[in-house]
This record gives sequence, structure tokens and C-alpha cells, in this order.
Amino acid sequence: MAPMLEVERLSAWYGHVEALRLVDMHVDDGELVAVLGPNGAGKSTLMRALLGLVPTQGRVRFRGADVPRRNPVAAAACGLVLVPEGRGIFGPMTVAENLELGAYLLKGNRAEFARRHDRVLALFPRLKERLSQASGSLSGGEQQMLAIGRALMAEPKILLLDEPSLGLAPRVVEEILEKLGELNRNGLPIVLVEQKAPLALKLARRAYLMSVGSIAAEIDPRTVKSHDELAHFYLG
Amino acid sequence: MMNSLISIWAKRGSIWAGRCGDPALLAVWSVAAALVICALIRGGYLMTVMQIAAIYTIFVTGLNVFMGYAGQVSFGHSAFAAVSGYASAVLTATYGWEPLPAAALGLAGALACALIIGYPTLRLRGHYLAMATLAIGLIAYDVAVEWEPVTQGYMGISGIPPLGIGRFTVTSDRGVLVLLIIIAALGVLAAVGIRRSRLGRAFVAIAGSENAARALGIDVAHYKLSAFVISAFYAGLAGSLFVHAVGFVSPEVFGLHMVVLAFTMLYIGGIGTFAGPALGALIVTLLPETFRTFNEYQDLAYGAVLILILIYAPGGIASLPKLLSSLPRRKPL
Repeated sequence: MAPMLEVERLSAWYGHVEALRLVDMHVDDGELVAVLGPNGAGKSTLMRALLGLVPTQGRVRFRGADVPRRNPVAAAACGLVLVPEGRGIFGPMTVAENLELGAYLLKGNRAEFARRHDRVLALFPRLKERLSQASGSLSGGEQQMLAIGRALMAEPKILLLDEPSLGLAPRVVEEILEKLGELNRNGLPIVLVEQKAPLALKLARRAYLMSVGSIAAEIDPRTVKSHDELAHFYLG
Repeated sequence: MMNSLISIWAKRGSIWAGRCGDPALLAVWSVAAALVICALIRGGYLMTVMQIAAIYTIFVTGLNVFMGYAGQVSFGHSAFAAVSGYASAVLTATYGWEPLPAAALGLAGALACALIIGYPTLRLRGHYLAMATLAIGLIAYDVAVEWEPVTQGYMGISGIPPLGIGRFTVTSDRGVLVLLIIIAALGVLAAVGIRRSRLGRAFVAIAGSENAARALGIDVAHYKLSAFVISAFYAGLAGSLFVHAVGFVSPEVFGLHMVVLAFTMLYIGGIGTFAGPALGALIVTLLPETFRTFNEYQDLAYGAVLILILIYAPGGIASLPKLLSSLPRRKPL
């Protein structure tokens, strides 16, 4: 069976700087794939490139069909939904408005909207208490829940998460990762970009290790027995 | 005692917010209503000042859609007011058209210009967008000065008839003020509707983060252009209303001064808020008149008050309830 998401020789540029070089990767149906690597390895650029937020070369295919390049709206319509680094929530808007924006492409199907809304609030009950609150005034953890909830309102076919643990307390990170695991067990494919490799490897079925803009290795998390071994992957 | 009264007032205000307005704003609105009633009864110069405030309310409400909601910058919206205003003036005063169709054509012209200019210009961001829009305003001013056969240059066009059609022409000053207030109120209500709609949420998302908005499937270029055209509609409407209310137009009316005034109104009133444009227009139009007795110190007092407002209410007058609710409260004994 063909992979759900196939990336072939994907390169990306910021001006004249090549930030991503000839990346090949794939995600199978229902898989949680981690993308690991140190700062500046190109993990966030890879996420942006998948969505077409930066100029790219190469191919991204979703369920066998090409995802249009430099057209994030079309990529979102295909079902590729990104939770960006730093969460990207809209601070002046309420939690409810942020969630409504998640279902932006739904265009007035109230029954479907209500179904998705209920599902998100069941997953993150804390958001239910904060619906009328300005999202900028939420705690970091709640903001991350909102960012994921907003992405889920788009009913993603594949969820791309960029550093969801950034700046959060360990207990909150654990809670969020637990929710991600639950989503994945329910069949949602996830690409998880994470600097904290041990956390990501607990959840992931496979992992790609990035270095200087390209994929340095593909790892099976079950084979990584210790931190030293992980360090070996990082440092060579 | 006073402190706790203020805090109770502010607390109640935060509960009322979004329902029937905040008490602090209600007080400001009451003063505004009193001024309107006073102008309607007494007439004279105050009437003219209130008419100008109503016209600026429309202009700044449009600017608020583009700058406050969508988070873009424009120094060039005076150009759309000029296109619409001059079209109205020329068609009525030179060619004898009825004011209403002339204003409608002027407005259509302003929208066409906004579409043509906005499409390439809105590819720019931040300071570059600001500079490009400033250039648009300056070009419009130069055209108004140099295209003498049509605009009569610095001399301007006089004898522009009041707004209306046929026997439904508003000729009295009181009638004009009431009409302008009704149009301004409808304009503000429409802007509130826009902000609360899917369109408005897309605008605010773009202001927050263009990439995050794109990732949700929001067509950023399309919505930026929509915000630009909507705000140009308001500017065009204000331009046409101005020439018919005052009966005269010259290039200075739509010059850089208009842009500076509109920006001041937007920030003094509260950028991105519903009530801000109207409050800003009212305060900034009335302040110089309030300080008239200061003679040579009038401008100094005017500037000082503006600075004080911006220092102590950086979110503008519309943010007063929020400001009051953040005051330290005295603990009960």
C-alpha cells in the first residue's frame, strides 16, 4: 500500500539560503512520525515546506495526489493541518473565535461544526471553561491545547505539530503528549517535530533525524535503548 | 471610597462589555449625545463641527477595518475620499447631475481605484506598504492640484449642491447633521457586523499571523484586498458626503492633513475597537474648539491633551473600562 504522505527531494529556500535540502520521507496511514534534530536542523522549515508556506522544489504527495506548491490554502483543503511553532493562536480573539477559525473551510455547515466543536471540547475540557476568554490571556499549556483544538476543528487528515512542548512545564507537556497519543490511537496520522527527543520517541512509531537541512537518519524508536545511543545518532 | 466606587463601576462594566456597552463608555456616549442635541438646538458653528466629526467617523471606521481589524497600514485612504469627493463635485457642480447618482458614481470610482491599486500594493508589508500608500495619497493630491480644467486646482470647486435627489434634498443644517449621524451610525454598525462575521475573523487572523491564517486555509491576499476595498468604500462615502455637506472642495481637504487627523482619531479613540473611530473623531474634532480661549497656546494645549490620552490610555478612549478595571482596588477592612 502506498504511503499516505510522500515527500520526494523537497528543498526550500529563505531568499538565497537553502534551508532544506532534498528531503525524502513518508508517513503511513495512522502513523505517528517524529522529526528530531537540534536547533537550526530545518525541522520547522520542513513543516512550512510541506504546507507550501515557503518557496520549495520537489514533490509532496498526499494519498497519491500532488499537493500544490506555494498554495497553503489548497494544502489545508487537502487535509494537511499545521500547529505552528509558538502556537500561532490569535491573541485578541476569544477561545470560541479561534476554534471557529479552525473550521474556516467548513463554510456554514452548522451540524458538522457542532460535532467537531463538541469533540474538541471533550478532548480539552479546560477550553470549555474559557470559551469567552481572550486567548492571549490563557496559560501556555492552555494556548497549546487551543492551537491543537483549532487544528482539529479543521478535521485534519494528517496533523503536523511543530514543537508542541516549547516553553511548557513538564507536567503540561506530558498531558498534551498523552492527548496526541490518544488522537493517534484513534487513527489520526501525526508528524511531530520535537527537540526533546526522548518525549517524542515514547510516542512515535518511526523517527527522522534531521541535520543541517536534510534527513540524516531514519530511526526505529524501539531500537534506541539509552540516552547515549540517542546522543550517538545526534553526534555521530 | 472613590477608588472602590470606580472599581465597582469598572467591574460592572466588564460584565456589561459586549452586551449593552460599558458604563465608562456610556458616560462618554452620553456626553456625545448631549453635544449632538446641543448642536441641533443651538445650531451655528458647533453644528458644522459635529457634521465634520460625523464625516470623519465614517472615514476612520473604514480605516479601522483595514488597520484595526486586518492589521495593515495605509496613509493613502485620503485618495479614495478624493476620487469620490471630486467625482461628486464635478458631476453635480459642472455637469448638473443630481447629487445621489453623482455620489454613487464617485463611490464606484473609488472602489475601482482601490481594486486596481490594492492588487499590486498589498503584496507589500509593514513600512513598505505604508510608503506605497503614502505615495498614492500624494499622487491623488497632485492630480487634484494639476488637473485644473476639471478640478480647478487650488481654487477648488464651489456651489456643490446638498445631498439628496429631486425634492428629497436635505437643505437645512440640522437635516444634514441628522442625515450624517444616521449614515455614520449605520457605518459603525456595519463595521461591527463585519468584525463579528467570518470575514472579520479572517481579518483579525491575518493581523495576528499571516502564516497561521494561511495554514487554516484563509486566502490572505484575497482578504487583505477585501479589507482594503471595504475601507476604501468608507473613505469614498466620507469624501462624497463631505463635498455635499460643505458645498466646496479643494485639494487641501484631502491632503496629508486629512491622513494625520484620521490616524490621530483612530489611535485616540482606540484602534481595533468598535467605538474608537466615533469617539476619536468626536474628541479630535472638538478639542481644538474647546481650547479656542487659550489663544496662542491653543495648539500647545491640544497637543498636550492628545499626548496625555495616549500615555494614560494607550488603547484609546474606548479602552477606558479595561483601564479602570485594572486600577488597584482597596481591600475591604
